[in-house]
Amino acid sequence: MIELQDLTRMFDGQPVVRDVSLTVEAGEIVTLVGTSGSGKTTLIRMINRLVEPSSGRVLIEGLDAASLPVHQLRRRIGYAIQGIGLFPHRSVAQNIATVPRLLGWPRARIEDRTDELLELFQLDPARFRDRMPHQLSGGQAQRVGTARALAARPDLLLLDEPFGALDPIIRAQAQTDLRAVQRRLGTTMILVTHDIDEAVLLGDRIAVMDAGRIVQYDRVARILAHPETDFVRAMTGGPEGVFRLLSLVAAAEIAEPGEAPGPPVDAATNLREVLSLCLSSGREALPLRSGGRVTLAAIRALAGRGGQ
Amino acid sequence: MMLRPATVFAILVGLGLWLPLVQFKPNRIAAGEGIRLDQALAGGPVIALAVLGLLVLSCIWRMPDRMRIVLALAGMAGSLVVLGHAARSLSVEAGNLARLAPASGFWLMLLGFSLMLADGVARLGPSLPARWLILGLVLVAGFGILASGMLDQISVMREYATRRAAFLHEAKRHLQLAFGSLGLALLVGLPLGTGIYMMRRLRGPVLAALNILQTIPSLALFGIMLPLLAWLAATLPAAGRWGVSGIGAFPALIALFLYALLPVVSNTLSGLETVPRATREAAVGLGMTRWQVLGQVLIPLALPSLIAALRIVLVQNIGLAVIAGLIGGGGFGTFVFQGLNQMAMDLVLLGTLPTIALALLAGIVLDLLIEHVARGRP
Ligand SMILES: Nc1ncnc2c1ncn2[C@@H]1O[C@H](COP(=O)(O)OP(=O)(O)OP(=O)(O)O)[C@@H](O)[C@H]1O
Ligand SMILES: [Mg+2]
Repeated sequence: MIELQDLTRMFDGQPVVRDVSLTVEAGEIVTLVGTSGSGKTTLIRMINRLVEPSSGRVLIEGLDAASLPVHQLRRRIGYAIQGIGLFPHRSVAQNIATVPRLLGWPRARIEDRTDELLELFQLDPARFRDRMPHQLSGGQAQRVGTARALAARPDLLLLDEPFGALDPIIRAQAQTDLRAVQRRLGTTMILVTHDIDEAVLLGDRIAVMDAGRIVQYDRVARILAHPETDFVRAMTGGPEGVFRLLSLVAAAEIAEPGEAPGPPVDAATNLREVLSLCLSSGREALPLRSGGRVTLAAIRALAGRGGQ
Repeated sequence: MMLRPATVFAILVGLGLWLPLVQFKPNRIAAGEGIRLDQALAGGPVIALAVLGLLVLSCIWRMPDRMRIVLALAGMAGSLVVLGHAARSLSVEAGNLARLAPASGFWLMLLGFSLMLADGVARLGPSLPARWLILGLVLVAGFGILASGMLDQISVMREYATRRAAFLHEAKRHLQLAFGSLGLALLVGLPLGTGIYMMRRLRGPVLAALNILQTIPSLALFGIMLPLLAWLAATLPAAGRWGVSGIGAFPALIALFLYALLPVVSNTLSGLETVPRATREAAVGLGMTRWQVLGQVLIPLALPSLIAALRIVLVQNIGLAVIAGLIGGGGFGTFVFQGLNQMAMDLVLLGTLPTIALALLAGIVLDLLIEHVARGRP
């Protein structure tokens, strides 16, 4: 569990982060969204003390981060920097092995770990292990950067816009991969993004940041359904807002008994996809593989209630 | 119309053939008279015509680069051999007091051929081992010609013959001065450059101070140091025993060291500054200590710049070490200033030629080393 208590950071007399308090439960993903310059990078850098807070504390498992030797703290916290920052003179494998090497892991274990991570991020170890960073595409470099942050199995992972350089298709793939990796390892994660869809897709909770403050911090569904300020509404709403809401609900949740024509879908399929299938195939309802059906009318009703 | 390089080299060598090859002086300090290749040797006109023919050929026919390199190497060796022979046959007629020095024609030919060699090597872009090999060949050939006695009648070599022991002693001293000051400059300059990289506030003042130091002429610097060091040696007997004194090798070493400091410090700084910010921050963010960041990330990435500094400073110091001769510090400068005092240009050459050769050699060797380091980098 990570607790941020009243964190404030001043730069040149101006507060860049003001009075931020936030608790991240172990094993959860918190996505931090906000406009450019709102202080997201500064906030997460106070967690690994790349930026020292002007006031306030960071507690990791109840332990004050300021009480640990700073490099030991950082070796326990994975950090993928905005801008990647791979070491240009080291191969992909050596980049990934950075923290394990600092921690003095035995060679064989480091090699196993690098290969495992490369596979996890869909990079064939045989092809990529010995490449130099300048031989990678932007997207591959970003995945190596994330793998490097994960290498020593940190309790906490800080990711600063890890998918910024990816095209939509690769980006969706990388997001799914990251989610799968996180589910498998149970790593606590704070992920910075200014893409609200990414925040919704990856986050258990979303923290919305504006001008140095956290304006709302909640479970994803609640943020979408009950934006507390105009800023959050502008961020989460818009013409796409209702689809984001639907993407959070599984078909099973509004299933009803009955029959429907056409091929069936999985009970876990989200309502955004169900809606899209109904419209594209001209059907009023879809059958579920596990029995029962989902109707357009039920989806419409749910959307009308704001997802509740 | 653009002149092709081959034409330029041919013109240089051609001019060299037309200008005096050797300068003949009845004795060491008398005025000299120039003698052309065709006048100096029995076979002179034939050789000159043959070389001219080759030159014309090199202008109208685009020779393969390999062939051009061979031609240039042969030309360089040939110029030396012809010079030696001319000197020998002339000295037989003129007797022992006469002096025969290489003249403008010889230098132009040597220049033309060495430019041709450099151009050929640059065009061919041979592999690194091949370049080491070419360098080795030139060195072996050069030493071979010197050792063969072929050039013994040349005035510089006669000056050398009478001062063999002194020459070796001063050569050693010259290298000690150049490398010693380089070592000192690295010892102080690398940490200083790294220090001002980390402490931004100190950058301005440190660089300004080094810049001022760089502009002080060497004589003025000696003038400032003389009383200071003399006083130091007088008050601290221990310092005197360590070689500290107002004149001699010690102030020369200090002067060379001070002049070397700016290039070392500024190259260290600029090398470190080429490291991308994200790379540096990633290193810190992943939990490297200060020293680990420096040793594992900053210095390896700044290395090409550091070696470039090494090259600048070594070449600069080999040349500059001549000033040690001014204050009795030894080195090749000793011959230069002795020669200037006695109006004996041959003696001046005995100091300058090895200095130039050493500086060239150091430059080439370090260039090759830089390429070794630069390999396998983006
Ligand atoms: N070292 C610094 N010195 C002075 N000002 C700084 C420093 N670091 C950040 N700032 C300022 O703090 C503000 C917040 O910066 P920060 O990098 O945290 O924003 P961000 O939310 O991560 O933005 P982006 O989405 O563009 O990455 C900006 O106005 C920035 O100029
Ligand atoms: Mg940022």
